[in-house]
This record gives sequence, C-alpha cells and structure tokens, in this order.
Amino acid sequence: MLVKNRNMENTSLESKEVKEVKEVKESKENKEEAKNLKVEVEAENLNFFYGEKQALYSINLKIPEKSVTAFIGPSGCGKSTFLRTLNRMNDIIVSARVEGKILLNNQNIYAPNVDVVDLRRRVGMVFQKSTPFPKSIFDNIVYGIKINKLANSRTELQQMVEQALKQAALWDEVKDRLNDSALALSGGQQQRLCIARTLAVMPEVILMDEPCSALDPIATEKIEELIVELREKYTVIIVTHNMQQASRVSDYTAFFLLGQLIEFDETEKIFTYPKEKKTEDYITGRFG
Amino acid sequence: MRKLIDKFVFTICSLSTVLVLSILALIIIYIFANGVLAINLDFFTKLPKPVGEDGGGMVNAIVGSIIMVTLAALISIPISIGAAIYLSEFGKGFLATIVRFLVDVLAGVPSIVIGIFVYTIVVLPMKRFSAIAGALALAIIMIPTVVRATEEALRLVPQTLREAALALGAPYWRVVLEIVVLSARSSIISGVLLAIARIAGETAPLLFTALGNRFLVTVLDRPMASLPVQIYSYAVSPYDDWHRQAWAATFSLVIFILLINLSVRFFFRTKE
Repeated sequence: MLVKNRNMENTSLESKEVKEVKEVKESKENKEEAKNLKVEVEAENLNFFYGEKQALYSINLKIPEKSVTAFIGPSGCGKSTFLRTLNRMNDIIVSARVEGKILLNNQNIYAPNVDVVDLRRRVGMVFQKSTPFPKSIFDNIVYGIKINKLANSRTELQQMVEQALKQAALWDEVKDRLNDSALALSGGQQQRLCIARTLAVMPEVILMDEPCSALDPIATEKIEELIVELREKYTVIIVTHNMQQASRVSDYTAFFLLGQLIEFDETEKIFTYPKEKKTEDYITGRFG
Repeated sequence: MRKLIDKFVFTICSLSTVLVLSILALIIIYIFANGVLAINLDFFTKLPKPVGEDGGGMVNAIVGSIIMVTLAALISIPISIGAAIYLSEFGKGFLATIVRFLVDVLAGVPSIVIGIFVYTIVVLPMKRFSAIAGALALAIIMIPTVVRATEEALRLVPQTLREAALALGAPYWRVVLEIVVLSARSSIISGVLLAIARIAGETAPLLFTALGNRFLVTVLDRPMASLPVQIYSYAVSPYDDWHRQAWAATFSLVIFILLINLSVRFFFRTKE
C-alpha cells in the first residue's frame, strides 16, 4: 500500500512535466495520433520467434518521440526481446525470426533495403552490464564517432567527446584522466560512459536494457536523472524490472506478459488506474 | 568403513600428485645439476670446434633456433588467428564443425609425420635441407595450438560487448577485429607464447627439414642448426665434451621455456 502511495506521488509530480512536454509537441502538431504526438517508433502486428518457440505475439505499439517509455513485466515476458527487435539486435541470433513491421519514422526497419549498420547507429543501445571497450575513456567515445565518420578534424572530435561526456554527466569526473583505461571506472561511471558513447553517434532513439540493475542506489539515481534529461532530445525506451524506476523516469509504460503487450498508456494512468486486471495485479505485486 | 574409503581415496590421490611433481622435480634438478656446470660464456658466443677438439659453443644452434622459431611464429600466427576468428565469430554449422575437427586431428599428428610431410613437399623439390623448411614444419605444429587457444579466448569475450559495438553502428567485421580481438588480446598472446615454447623444443620435425649445420648461417635456403637437433646429435656422440655441451644446451632450452611459461602466468593471466 505504502509503495503504491509513493508511486502516486511520483507520478503526480511527473505529470506536470509530461504535460509540459506535450504542450511543446502540440505546437508542432502532428496528427498521427489522438494525442497529437509525433510517433517515432511503431510496432505493427509484430511476431517474434526463437526457432519454433514464439516469444512475442502480435505486438502493436506507438511510441511518441522525445519521451521516455518504460517496458515492465515479469522475467521472460518478452520485453527485452521486443526492445532488441527495435534495432534488429536479434538478427545475430541464428534461429530468430520476425514477422510484422517496426516503423522508425514511418520507415519499416525490416524492409529488405534497410542498412542494418546505419539503423543501429540511429537506434543506440545501453545494456544491463556496462560494456566499456578495453580502451581509454577517450577512445571509447571516439570509436563510434570514427566508425560513422562523424568528425572532420581532431578538434571537432575532441569537442564531440567532451559534449558526449557532458551530456552523460560524466565530464567533470573524468576530464583529467581521459587517457586512463575505461575499465578503471566504477560501475556507475562505466554505465554513463556507455551512455555517452551511444550519444556521441547522435542516435534518434536510445534503447536501455535494465541499465541500472547492476548498480547501487546512488549510481542508479544519477542514471535516472540522466534519462529524464535525455528526453529533451531523444526518444528513450527503457526495460526495467523496477516499477518504482518506471514510475520515476517514464512518460509512458508498456506492460508485457507472456509475450503479449497487455497495456500501454501514460505512466500515470498505468500506475493509478490500469485498465487491465493483469496490469493491476502485477504493479500491486500480486505476482511477478 | 565410509571414513576408511575416504582416507584411502585421499591417500591415492595425494600419492599420485606427489609422483607427478617428483618426476618434474627430478627432471629439472637433473638438468640444472648437469647444466649449470656445463654452461659457460663460450657456449653462447663460439661456434662448434672441429670434431674431436674440446671447447667451442653453440652460437650457430642458438641463432638457428631463434630464426626458425621466429619465422614459424610469423607464418603461423596470422593463419591461426584468422582461422580462430572464423571459427568463433563467423563459422556456424557444418563447415565450422569440420574445420574444428580437422584442427584437432592436426594437433594429434605426430611431429615426425609433419617433418616427413614438409620433407616431401619442400626439401625434395628444393633438393636441399633448409631453414625455411624447418620453420614451415614448426609453423604447422604451432597452428592447432594457437587456433584452439585463440578460439577459446574469443569465445570468452562477452556477447554484450559485441552487441554494444554493433549498437554504435559498427559493421561486424570491425567489431570482431577492433573490439573482440582487443578484449581477448592477453589470452591470445599467452596462447601464442605457450605455442612458441612448445615448438622451441621440437626435434623430430627439424631432423630432415633444417637438418643442422656446424656453421653460423642466416640464409634461409640453407641447412640451419637448432638447439634441439644439436642436443640430439651431441647426446648420441661418443665425446664427453659434446655430452657436456648437450647438457648446457638442454639447460638453456629449459630455462627459455620456463621463462615463457612463467611470464605468461604472471603478465597475461593476472586478470582471470
């Protein structure tokens, strides 16, 4: 009960922000959806299979741009699998098969003429376990920039690195030791480095697969603050096991169960007046 | 009764361990005892004296071994690492299974057979024993070891690291060459060093490829001396001074191999 109350507090605080964001969007007015928000990522009747086993069942979902969307649900419900279909990371699993469409800015990313490598630059990803490359802090950020040939000169490169680190709120902690190994950073710093690295290649969408589940509460708080800031420029989609986290950081929440999308709505609504009985059971902790 | 069996098994295992260790200890003590007395500066700097004369050294064999082992490493490392990358990153299904099986078979081929093989395809057409033939034989012996060590090392690189690089918009080949190989580098280097330590002591494949030479040669298409072969020919000779020198050579070879093993242990395995 206590937990639920806290959720409500958080969401009501956030709802102001949500409304503000919406108002900004409304001026741009894009009437694809009733809510007047431009849709960035859209799933159309998406089915996903690992070999014979079906992991996702006809998912239909519209995720507005410049918002934070949380995917929640018990382990094995398909939320990570769905996240990984959004940048075709599942392509590298040999037995994986996708049916249906994922539209990124109205373009089907599973169309035959799509360049997967470019798609993955546009849809960045941060993982549960931080994944710094065994290089210096500087070179970690540089890697993506160089691969995508985004910088024209050494100075531009340095500026981009600095900007990415600042955006990820890591600059002040590492500016004096950019040439140290990234592996020497703490877990939370490594995770922010990975976010900085993702931001450096200028993606449109950032996918986060339980980015805080291996971090302590203080590091988690920093990442969460960061996620809220990222909403200004990016569409963020985050998978989380932690419902408090979903209610703290997200504008929209999607609840998955057994490979099906049970409910998708504004976070506030999901956590206060869920339409589905299953959603309510899950967020009140009756299972999962 | 149960306790008795427990004690019995424990005793058997302990005894086996002691036996294994004492064999190794005996070999090393014996080599050290004989080698320390036999070794001197001449051994490293002088050429062999004419047959029957005492003194002289094995600089020809030392240089020969260094040249051939280096050459073998240069030939086999790129091939082996390439094959290992194929097996770990690209090879899926039937072909990879076959390749893996063949690499295992190659690892099991007796080294003398590889010597004969190189003799047939290199020495016979060239009509001459040569350093290059010796290096080639050593390279073939080195390949399976390096392939398997590298493949293991690459497989230990977490999948999320590959995915993280892919998610930045890196093409797969760049991910493999720049991130995966980089992450596995210390294990790969230790695998390569251990393989080098192994081929440095190989005798059989050099017997009828590089043959041996009593003079210092650095030309690759001539017969070349090597420490193991020189040890062999000196050890079976009737001269006491040659026996002494064979001990000195054995001693330096064992020290070299021990040093490689130790450096691998301390410099490249510290993280695991």
